[in-house]
Amino acid sequence: MYGILTIFRKEMGDHFNSLRFLLISALIVMVGVIITSMVGMAIQEELKGMAKPTLIFLLLFTSTGKLFSFVQFIGFFGPLLGIFLGFDSINRERVSRTLSKLVSQPIFRDSIINAKFLSGVAIIAIILVATVLLISGLGIRLIGVVPGAEEVSRLIIYVVISLLYISFWLGISILFSVIFRSAATSALASLAIWIFFSFFMSLGASVLSDAVAPISQTASGVDAEMLIRHERIQRVTSLFSPMTLYSEATTTILDPMRKTTRTLVLMGPLERFSMSRFQSPLPLLESIFIVIPHLISIVAITLLCFGICYLVFMRQEIRTV
Amino acid sequence: MKGQIIVETEDLTKKYGSRTAVDHLNIKIEEGEVFGFLGPNGAGKTTTLLMFLGLTEPTSGKAKVIGFDPTREPFKVKEKVGYLPENVGFYDDMDARQNLRYIAKLNRISGEVSEKRIDYWLEMVGLSDESTKKVGAFSKGMRQRLGIAEVLIKEPKLVFLDEPTIGLDPDGTNRMLDLIHSLSREKNITLFLSSHLLDQVQRICDRVGIMINGNLVAIGPIEELAKKKLGLGKEDYTLEEIYMKYFKEA
Repeated sequence: MYGILTIFRKEMGDHFNSLRFLLISALIVMVGVIITSMVGMAIQEELKGMAKPTLIFLLLFTSTGKLFSFVQFIGFFGPLLGIFLGFDSINRERVSRTLSKLVSQPIFRDSIINAKFLSGVAIIAIILVATVLLISGLGIRLIGVVPGAEEVSRLIIYVVISLLYISFWLGISILFSVIFRSAATSALASLAIWIFFSFFMSLGASVLSDAVAPISQTASGVDAEMLIRHERIQRVTSLFSPMTLYSEATTTILDPMRKTTRTLVLMGPLERFSMSRFQSPLPLLESIFIVIPHLISIVAITLLCFGICYLVFMRQEIRTV
Repeated sequence: MKGQIIVETEDLTKKYGSRTAVDHLNIKIEEGEVFGFLGPNGAGKTTTLLMFLGLTEPTSGKAKVIGFDPTREPFKVKEKVGYLPENVGFYDDMDARQNLRYIAKLNRISGEVSEKRIDYWLEMVGLSDESTKKVGAFSKGMRQRLGIAEVLIKEPKLVFLDEPTIGLDPDGTNRMLDLIHSLSREKNITLFLSSHLLDQVQRICDRVGIMINGNLVAIGPIEELAKKKLGLGKEDYTLEEIYMKYFKEA
């Protein structure tokens, strides 16, 4: 434990002193502030003379405004944040020959990797919490609405999910920093994984579902059976991507009007009528129930990723050469 | 204090795949001596050191370092044994003092004690004036001396030095050798240094072991080896002659 704490402190110091940390947090804060001001002013405009709709505060984070919403931005940029913080964590020490010195100190070998991972997680948490607080503060000034308990809880859950998700990417990049000696290779490998999941996975999912269950146009419209099968295959495939898990989980948590994580909802005319007439937000607990499988999956992949990283590091020969 | 065994191995063997890096090594080091571990590059010297520290597991055989098995209790060994790797690395963006402080903390040395020891050892290795300079700007000799200070911060009983003088200029080499010599004489620290720079080893070592291709071909005081290999009565010998004789035979 002692070793972990010492290395953790040193790593935190390194992060705070690094230009990299400064640039990343500046970028996130800047984008956050810009998005919030735009969205906030738009909401302010819309709300004039209207009664306060429910849970308006969350709109600050989810409403897309002219560009994209803050949630979308973190969904896209979060993985990069994780990768930037971790891609050279082990191989930097290896190249500067400090790793062999570190392991010959009376500390457990795993405290090195644990401390590196934890310090990355702590930095991500600091950036996320600071940004969300900043946006909230700005939002309160702009729209003049104070968040209620439910909105705050939803935001806390959102931050926790994001933290786990970004830690998953941190784990990936630390894993590559254990495997590859060169920082550039490990950064590129992590980016390749990120690109694969963010762009090609959804493409692959639609290709696969088209191939297995093609939707054929018949005289009586689309075959519903086939449509459902098509949708199911596409969904199952795309759920393999942590991106999909994350974006579905966060949008559901932050938007109480969403009642399911599915995109295709087949309804009869009566259902549709009742939906449009009695549109009301889901209670927080219900929203959590919907995304529980997503949450568990995100926790699982993050732990799995770190577990692999840990094993690879522990089994590696520490040679100075 | 001499006489107590501080390092002992029993058929210590390390194989990487089909290649045998260290082959049935049997060695005994007494407390307080300066032991020179010689051999060409790739003879298995560093592998042996790594096994002594529990950083790599032996394929078979046993080692005992300061009374502990390094594979089973690496923690106990590392607490009292210092290791200066070849071309030791530092955190270049920190200064000398910060580097030492970090290592002291990892060794659970409390703040006050560690500051005192840092001052003392910086003085001993002649880096007091450079203690606030970033290590990135240090010369090779300064880095090596800082490495020595770093190893000694935890006040070890036994220190493994892997090629401590490699890449140093003649003056730096001399200062390093003097320092090593004084550690053994004044602090009663057992020194185990691996090297292939024979004239230096001859100057400071009580006993030497010669390792070639993973086999320990000779061990003993230099005079004894000289008698054995170069014949009796030869006064003017160098370690190099002895070494080359062994090397050709192997």
